[in-house]
Amino acid sequence: MRALLRMVKVETRLFLRDSATVIFGVLFPTGLLLGLGAIPALREPSPGTGGLRDIDVWAPTALVFGMVMIAVQHVPAVVATYRERGILRRLSTTPAPPGRVLLAQMIVAFASVVVSATLMILLAWAVLDIAPPERPLEFAVAFVVGYAALLGIGMVSAAVVRTSSAANQVGTLLFVALMFFGGAFLPRVVMPDVLREVGEFIPPGLQALTEAWSAEAGELTSTTGGQPFWPQIAVMAVVAVTTSAVAAELFRWE
Amino acid sequence: MTALEVRNLHKRYGQHVAVADVSFTVEEGEIFGIIGPNGAGKTTTVESIAGLRTPDSGSISVLGLDPTKDRAEVCERLGVQLQESSFPDAIKVAEALELHSSFYRNPADWRELMKLLGLTEKRDTQYKALSGGQKQRLSIALALVGNPEVAILDELTTGLDPQARRDTWNLIERVRDRGVTILLVTHFMDEAERLSDRIAVIHGGRVAAVDTPAGLIARSSAVQQVRFRVSRPLDRSVLTELPDVTDVEVTEGRWLVTGRGQFLSSVAGALARAQVVAEDLRVDQRNLDDAFVAFTGRAPEPPEAATGRGD
Repeated sequence: MRALLRMVKVETRLFLRDSATVIFGVLFPTGLLLGLGAIPALREPSPGTGGLRDIDVWAPTALVFGMVMIAVQHVPAVVATYRERGILRRLSTTPAPPGRVLLAQMIVAFASVVVSATLMILLAWAVLDIAPPERPLEFAVAFVVGYAALLGIGMVSAAVVRTSSAANQVGTLLFVALMFFGGAFLPRVVMPDVLREVGEFIPPGLQALTEAWSAEAGELTSTTGGQPFWPQIAVMAVVAVTTSAVAAELFRWE
Repeated sequence: MTALEVRNLHKRYGQHVAVADVSFTVEEGEIFGIIGPNGAGKTTTVESIAGLRTPDSGSISVLGLDPTKDRAEVCERLGVQLQESSFPDAIKVAEALELHSSFYRNPADWRELMKLLGLTEKRDTQYKALSGGQKQRLSIALALVGNPEVAILDELTTGLDPQARRDTWNLIERVRDRGVTILLVTHFMDEAERLSDRIAVIHGGRVAAVDTPAGLIARSSAVQQVRFRVSRPLDRSVLTELPDVTDVEVTEGRWLVTGRGQFLSSVAGALARAQVVAEDLRVDQRNLDDAFVAFTGRAPEPPEAATGRGD
């Protein structure tokens, strides 16, 4: 326990010294939302979004950006580097199980997205008058379970890539794919139904996050064939458990 | 007491036999050197002792424990400095030491260790900004931070400048003086000769010889030579009759005596008995490099580039 706490502390410091990740993973989502919020047209209630403003509907996508960035780009790159450079191997000669460092990584990765999300929600509220999540408990569940599913995917990538450069390439591909369903390129509200329905199975589950944040926005982005909130959460939980098990099975220590 | 025992270790990777048959024992408090050409099986042997590889056959005992089965206990009591292991770029010296000390039941005082290794001034320097020597010293410090009873040091001074190497040697001797048993894998013959109480020469996955440095040198050198002038006439037979002497040449008052084994002391004794003083005495000094060549058929080579695996 003492070793884990100290590892979390050290990994936190290492995370904070990695300025690119801090900027893109933690600060960028807020910056992105505030930046878009500076465009007057996006702050006008529009008939296409049922009287909501575009930024109200789009806000969860900014959140997903930070989550995906850290889970599938940052974490696998760090783990692959640790393996490539013999850090995991070196650790396995000490009484600290090398799995601890992975756990510490995941704890730090989780804490950093919590900070990223909190910052974004508060500033969105203060600056853009986007109300904080209407159903905080459901929002927290959707956030945690959705993030676990993302992190599971990240760990599968970390488990199988051989080098840190491969980790970066796979991470970029995953980032683009996940952010597509996360609504970064095509807002969910304008996606065809079939993409929206597929999107309910893609971590971290943008629809569930949107519904828990704002019922009105959730209604706009849902489809008639879509699932209710809790089944969406169950899908994310299944993805999280499956990917974690696969990652644990495939993980290479050296 | 025996600190380390390797018995008939055998390890193969697919078709490639990395270690054919290696056995040796290391006594408590000893500095035991392992030398041998690249690819001889040194690193595999050491990794098996550290529990990173499971032998295909044979047995290993570290302080009476099995490195694979008694993993947790062995990790507590065995310190390992591996070739080509590194640390996160952004970790600071003091953080790495403090972190690693938290892994152990009875850690050493990491601040004292930091001082001992001359890293105190670098305590807030990130790993990536350290020089090669400083990185190496940090790696040694981390191998010792758990207060190990046995320490494995693989390629201890590779990449260090001559002064840093000598400083590191002094340090290792001080560590040994604290009672730590040391297994030293090295490519440097001077390092092995200077530090080791005993040395195993590993060649082609087998132990070619185990002896003290002096013993290895004596065993390997088929012939040795000594040159001198004599203070007064001497009959050749005084020396040719000695059992270890193979040849005696005298040209213009210069004597060249060739022999094997302990012939030097026999020659010295015979000269003393004849009351002859040897002047301009020169012994063709054999060293561990010669022994290495004799046992492996190859000249000692520099370590492989830092990116390649040792063996």
